[in-house]
Amino acid sequence: MTQPLGTSTATSAPSLSPAEGATPGRPLVSVRGLTKTFGDHRVLRSIDFEVPVGTVTVLIGPSGSGKTTVLRSLNVLETPDTGVIRIGDVEADFSTAVTKRQMKALRAQSGMVFQAHNLFPHMKVLQNITAGPILVQHRNQADADSDAMQLLRIVGLAEKADQYPYQLSGGQQQRVGIARALAIKPHLMLFDEPTSSLDPELVGEVLEAMKDLATQGWTMVVVTHEIRFAQQVADQVLFMDDGIIVERGTPAQVLTTPSSQRARQFLRRLLDPI
Amino acid sequence: MNGRNLILDSLWPLLQATLTLTIPLTLISFVLGLAVALAVALMRLSSVPLVSGVARAFVSIIRGTPLLLQLFIIYYGLPALGLTFDPFPAAILAFTLNVGGYGAEVIRSSILSVPKGQWEAASTVGMPYVTTLRRVVLPQATRTAIPPLSNTLISLVKDTSLASTIQVTELLRVAQEAAAPTYQFFALYGVAAAYYWVVCLVLSFGQTRLEERQNRYVAI
Repeated sequence: MTQPLGTSTATSAPSLSPAEGATPGRPLVSVRGLTKTFGDHRVLRSIDFEVPVGTVTVLIGPSGSGKTTVLRSLNVLETPDTGVIRIGDVEADFSTAVTKRQMKALRAQSGMVFQAHNLFPHMKVLQNITAGPILVQHRNQADADSDAMQLLRIVGLAEKADQYPYQLSGGQQQRVGIARALAIKPHLMLFDEPTSSLDPELVGEVLEAMKDLATQGWTMVVVTHEIRFAQQVADQVLFMDDGIIVERGTPAQVLTTPSSQRARQFLRRLLDPI
Repeated sequence: MNGRNLILDSLWPLLQATLTLTIPLTLISFVLGLAVALAVALMRLSSVPLVSGVARAFVSIIRGTPLLLQLFIIYYGLPALGLTFDPFPAAILAFTLNVGGYGAEVIRSSILSVPKGQWEAASTVGMPYVTTLRRVVLPQATRTAIPPLSNTLISLVKDTSLASTIQVTELLRVAQEAAAPTYQFFALYGVAAAYYWVVCLVLSFGQTRLEERQNRYVAI
């Protein structure tokens, strides 16, 4: 059931088109001056970063540092107060009034994987994956089904197509979540602490699936506490604290030789909790 | 005429009243009432204060006044405003609004019981509000809503007896009319009670089946 996921890279996957939608020479994602306030709490003070096509950016930092808010802003699950987000050819300037249509266009650029998977419990695995393509993109059932089966093979769960989410393990649910996000054919994949609520022994299969996507050239932004994953897979690590990006660079720069006191303290505690 | 013959003679007319008036009155009002309830529930969940305020006021009035009085206002009161209803439509209207008021609260709380993550997941795959509601939220809310809505339906079966007061010849009214000249109240009201009970029994059975069906996608 957890067969090596890397084997799937050889098969041509119609639903996987990682580098599409990008203009050569320009980063796929560009975020400038993002701010967000909840009540009188300033969650994001001013966030700027770029994500080149085909690279993996990992956001780390203490809880409450704003990393999840940044990720959710990319999918417009949060509406920033000010700042500009561009993904592919879609740009929204939140300092001005952003129309629903703009938000929808921006949201369609990325697929989102949640910490609590948020699969639709009343739909079988296959329907979870085809819901977006059929109900929103109005693709025909047969095409959507065959694409979904392809995606399930990629995450190693083809034999679970006809089961309900509750019949799967946490790691399998999360991999279905990945397939569901891929099914809408996004240009960017977003992961919000995808392994944080899993049993330790199920974490590996999910990270493996994510690693696989990275290898295939997907552009990804990942919020995680999995430092080893960041070291192995990330091209860029952003360390956030109190609503700003305190440190940025390669995994080696940020994770091995952090320059700020705050990052050093955080990483020490993460690697050696007691 | 002895009591036994009276009972046997009344079985058919009372069954007829049950089948032609009590049950149709119940089912039509319930179906229409659910539509009203869904609309009112969605209005109450609206972020526009005027819209949610109107819904709140509706629920408050329906739940805060006797059903019998609502029936009288529609049948005896509205003609003063130039709105005259025949007994059956008047009863349908009153029961529909009543189910609408009580059902709205059930549906509203069932919608709120669906985790926020479901709305978010639906929106990340691009579903607009109505699609999310139809395909994701309401199917899950249904599971929560079935027991309390079954209560509403079963209450409604018995509440339709109030229509006897506005000339609808439903089950209770037929029993009354048969009992009055003979003074066999115990026998005839007993038959009527048995009929109500059987209808409710069938509905309870249906509720169990529905609940079992809804449980197919959850771990028990």
